[in-house]
Amino acid sequence: MSFLICQNLRKTYDDGTEAVKGIDLACGVGELVVLLGPSGCGKTTTLRMVAGLETPTGGHILLDGAEITRASPAERDVGFVFQFYALYPHMKVEANIGFPLESTDLSKEERQRRVGEIVERLGLEALAGRYPQQLSGGDQQRVALARAMVRRPQIYLMDEPLGTLDADLRLEMRELIRAQQLESGVATLYVTHDQEEAMSLADRVVVMDGGRIRQEGPAAAVYNRPADLFVADFIGSPGMNFIAGEIGGGQFTAPGLVWTLDNLRSGPAVLGVRPEFVQPAEGPCLRARVILDEYLGACRHIHCEAECGRVVMRVEDGDSFLVGAEIGLDFVREQVLFFDPVNGERL
Amino acid sequence: MPPWLKLEGVVRRFGSLEALAGIDLDLGADEMLVVLGPTGAGKTTLLRTVAGLEIPDAGRIEMAGEEVTHWPPAARDLALVFQNFALYPDWSVRRNLEFPLQAPGRSIPRDEIDQRVGQAAELLRIERLLERSVAQLSGGEMQRVAIGRAIVRRPRLFLFDEPLTNLDAKLRESLRAELTLLRKQLGIPMIYVTHDQTEALSMGDRVAVLAEGRILQQGTPEEIYRHPVSPTVARQLGQPAINVLEVRRVDQAWVGATGVELMPALEGEGSMLLGIRPEDIAPEGGEVAGVVRVVEDAGAVWILLVDWAGTSLHIMASKDKIYVPGGKVHPRIDPQRGLIWSDDREIAL
Repeated sequence: MSFLICQNLRKTYDDGTEAVKGIDLACGVGELVVLLGPSGCGKTTTLRMVAGLETPTGGHILLDGAEITRASPAERDVGFVFQFYALYPHMKVEANIGFPLESTDLSKEERQRRVGEIVERLGLEALAGRYPQQLSGGDQQRVALARAMVRRPQIYLMDEPLGTLDADLRLEMRELIRAQQLESGVATLYVTHDQEEAMSLADRVVVMDGGRIRQEGPAAAVYNRPADLFVADFIGSPGMNFIAGEIGGGQFTAPGLVWTLDNLRSGPAVLGVRPEFVQPAEGPCLRARVILDEYLGACRHIHCEAECGRVVMRVEDGDSFLVGAEIGLDFVREQVLFFDPVNGERL
Repeated sequence: MPPWLKLEGVVRRFGSLEALAGIDLDLGADEMLVVLGPTGAGKTTLLRTVAGLEIPDAGRIEMAGEEVTHWPPAARDLALVFQNFALYPDWSVRRNLEFPLQAPGRSIPRDEIDQRVGQAAELLRIERLLERSVAQLSGGEMQRVAIGRAIVRRPRLFLFDEPLTNLDAKLRESLRAELTLLRKQLGIPMIYVTHDQTEALSMGDRVAVLAEGRILQQGTPEEIYRHPVSPTVARQLGQPAINVLEVRRVDQAWVGATGVELMPALEGEGSMLLGIRPEDIAPEGGEVAGVVRVVEDAGAVWILLVDWAGTSLHIMASKDKIYVPGGKVHPRIDPQRGLIWSDDREIAL
């Protein structure tokens, strides 16, 4: 049984805007579920309803078996984390981190033990006695994270907590959040528009668009078997390659490409294949001309122009390609997907 | 061939702050130089100094064989593109593109204006937007128009100041590739300033790594990525960042904190720093076990955070295998790819 359950949850604002159009969502004990989608998809509204900051206009929210749909925020034992906020300048690091525990009925020893534990886990021992202004920007963020996660509520609700940080720090903070969350075993609902962040953090990703859930599942499932064109396009960097064509007579055909396939319905279709499943090949294959070789350190993105459009191939560093060269491309058979161009669904 | 642009010992001070502390830089006539550095490194000051918006306190600047150190901006004939678009929102795209060609002192005939605007619009694929007002455009379209406005002028040099920073990830990725393609068609030299390591690696013919007003290293993207002269440079490129381990030499090997042999030692003695990129450590094949702490799904690959040899390491692992937190791996460092530094300097390997 899931720890957090949202049933047919809706939010329609007074002006008629339907922000959330009846979604079912669950989060198990200790699970980290990421709500992912572009701005305006309803992810933040959903999170705010679970927090009690917005009142649903339909549906139910249950936490640990108890209905909390209309409970006030104070009546819910949730830890709401937005972008890590500024620290109290007049308090030392240790006091800053322990502050959220002050209002709890934990004993002083227990409070100290919890603070000590998180200080150690995040490697902040040397800083515990300092004041915030004596810390680097990165260390201030680490302390803010410790303060946000020192309490163990029934559920953490995180609203783009890493929004404005530099790339390097974001990566590190993301790992600290994950490590701390795993350690504490607190169920977590995490909202982001950053697909990379979602993929790397989540036990389960819930992709939202237009107030509805498009797909949910483990990151790998959403990545490998996207339910529709929206999900396929939104997830993955560089993005999935799409080739428009037609299915008929046991094959998919597009300009310059013939691909045999199993029994799929006939008619217009879109072939989708991720750049890491495109390979150089000889023999009967898609002919293409290399137009750009993007060096990225650990890998290269080779942009090619084929008769059926632009195709990007991801290769390990070491294989360089000459711009202007004519090459053959092949796709890893079991990784090729087909979509319906009208409703976008995967065939 | 002599360089088209040459900076020699360029210094720019603001009060007691040395924003540029002696910059030497060359740029070829058909070259794209990316200047990479964190906020406050002096990147924007460098661009502004080349543009003539700042006058150096010392040093000289040459363009096409002429000294221009004290020339006013207009005489240098350069185009600057910022991250903030600086377009006229109420004007049509066409009018925004024409504007720089109608500046006082320029008497470009009407048909040439039309031809240049048409060509820029075609290159940037914004032909269908020409009659629209800028206020109706998306961020990516606006940035294309801003670049278009620089292109129509046919300047002698393009200066880009983090032009893609404010765009979302998908758009940044596609504009990055478009801009690289565009540059090859234009054949005009460019300096492109960014803090984004992906842009630096993928767009530059050459990269200059800047910190605190100094150039720490210049070279091709591969040279800087594979042979960074110091941990500071190495950390600027690559995501996740390069692993840096404290090691000491014991006989013919570099040994980590817990006495694990990490890599054969060729040169160098005593205590050193070992740099190894996440993709150059195999999760299996080594002798000593490590414990996986975090498994991140990076799409095409896994990123593992592993406790090993007394430290935490990032390892990039192929998706052929499944990893779980708490599981064991046996990391192996590729000895061909390990870098050894002492005193923040690299010893040749």
